[in-house]
Amino acid sequence: MIIDHPLLGPCDAQEFTYKGDACLIDRPEGLGDGAEAAFHDYAYLRDNPAGLHRELWFHEQGDRSWLVVTRNTLTHEIVGVELARDVARSRGRGR
Amino acid sequence: MRYSGFRVLKEALSGHKGWRPLWRSPDPQPAYDIVIVGGGGHGLATAYYLAREFRQHRIAVIEKGWIGGGNVGRNTTIIRSNYLLDGNEPFYEYSLKLWEGLEQELNYNAMVSQRGIVNLFHSDAQRDAYIRRGNAMILHGADAELLDLAALRREYPFVDFDNARFPIKGGLAQRRGGTVRHDAVAWGYARAADALGVDIIQNCQVTGFRIENGRCLGVETARGHIGAGKVGVAVAGSSSRVMAQAGLRLPIESHVLQAFVSEGLKPVLPGVITFGAGHFYCSQSDKGGLVFGGDLDGYNSYAQRGNLPVIEDVAEGGMALFPGLGRVRLLRAWGGVMDMSMDGSPIIDRTPVEQLYFNGGWCYGGFKATPAAGMCFAHLLATDSPHPTATAYRLDRFARGFMIDEKGMGAQPNLH
Ligand SMILES: Cc1cc2nc3c(=O)[nH]c(=O)nc-3n(C[C@H](O)[C@H](O)[C@H](O)COP(=O)(O)OP(=O)(O)OC[C@H]3O[C@@H](n4cnc5c(N)ncnc54)[C@H](O)[C@@H]3O)c2cc1C
Repeated sequence: MIIDHPLLGPCDAQEFTYKGDACLIDRPEGLGDGAEAAFHDYAYLRDNPAGLHRELWFHEQGDRSWLVVTRNTLTHEIVGVELARDVARSRGRGR
Repeated sequence: MRYSGFRVLKEALSGHKGWRPLWRSPDPQPAYDIVIVGGGGHGLATAYYLAREFRQHRIAVIEKGWIGGGNVGRNTTIIRSNYLLDGNEPFYEYSLKLWEGLEQELNYNAMVSQRGIVNLFHSDAQRDAYIRRGNAMILHGADAELLDLAALRREYPFVDFDNARFPIKGGLAQRRGGTVRHDAVAWGYARAADALGVDIIQNCQVTGFRIENGRCLGVETARGHIGAGKVGVAVAGSSSRVMAQAGLRLPIESHVLQAFVSEGLKPVLPGVITFGAGHFYCSQSDKGGLVFGGDLDGYNSYAQRGNLPVIEDVAEGGMALFPGLGRVRLLRAWGGVMDMSMDGSPIIDRTPVEQLYFNGGWCYGGFKATPAAGMCFAHLLATDSPHPTATAYRLDRFARGFMIDEKGMGAQPNLH
């Protein structure tokens, strides 16, 4: 698989480490109401879709940026790549 | 029809005209007492034990493709009970015991071959870990034996013992481990279940569940609604997709695992051998092919095929262990979709939906579990209580903090 890195251009997926579903960006509030249940769902439950999946890849052997890759789990086709930083900011994280 | 040496002789002399299909192809009934979704090894074994051990009637197995087309026909056929943790070892040892009597019980040649498995170690720390594991196995009534270099050299003379980077220091052997002809397991259970009246319905995908007031009343299928007193789901790599139809999110990711077979060779490998310094394991099939595999590709996948980097990685592991492998040609490579759970251990439990039961999260180790998984799932379905060897396989163990994490990897399914 080739991941089209937004800054570096096409890179072999082998340069990356896979983390999992990009929902991991949305870490629950640790002190909020129902934090225990929210953290259980966050840490352990996954949608695991057959089809488009937004997922985190870490460019460990490259520029060490985190990417959000949108990939089809039925065909392995990659249809979108964003910097995880941009995704996280747009979701109001990392003020 | 019973199989025997006499029967083979008789058929040979009468032009093989007496063999019959191993199971019927019935149309689905409007309703059953128990519907099993998924005709893999686990679903078929569950149906068989429900009928045989628990005297249940009106049972159907509903399979979207053909039985044996899933992971039960794609795995590398290794059986063993060399686990460390209390939640796992009694279950896998029970499974190994069931394998030992399976062919006589089913009157079917599944080619159960207890040729032994050896896990190599390459450092003092790894040896200590394997001694600990061997002791845990023995405490649970399994067999384990620590092999020194001299014994290993006698049994596996062609292994690269003096590899400069990962010299072999010894191995943990389980003599009762081995291999089983994988699809024969599906066929053997199917034939035996059919003979007890179980309807095996192929080419019939389950597309939804009928749930009213929190109770599951049946399944929607490609061939219409089928009512059920209880529904048991055993769909391996498709677990999340199927259970999502009941509104459940599971602690599971689906990942692709590849496997490989070489051209046929004269007998070279007496048993199953695993490399301890990388992920590579290998056995030799009765046809002579070297059957081997290694790591998951590592990303979510439902594709039933993997990519080249893992093939290269597995080949490198193989070459580090037996340099002679480099002269052997690869015949085939394929992949299967693994239901990787968050702690690397399986789930056999009720679900929040009444009358809906779940068996899954088998990762890459569910083939060896087939007989016990079938027995334990049947126990749960018939009695509403867990089998004594499967009490730890609860769906809510992540919320309660009772994970069964053999590798200590945490909630990262591609690392288990
Ligand atoms: C390459 C590879 C190597 C492996 N090596 C080993 C090994 O050496 N030892 C070991 O112990 N384990 C091994 N495994 C794991 C083992 O194969 C699985 O854990 C086990 O087979 C899963 O249980 P099963 O047989 O019931 O699954 P499957 O055979 O996959 O059965 C599930 C069935 O459910 C059906 N299904 C799915 N969705 C639906 C639906 N909506 N409606 C109806 N039916 C549906 C599927 O078509 C399938 O037939 C390996 C797996 C792979 C892929």
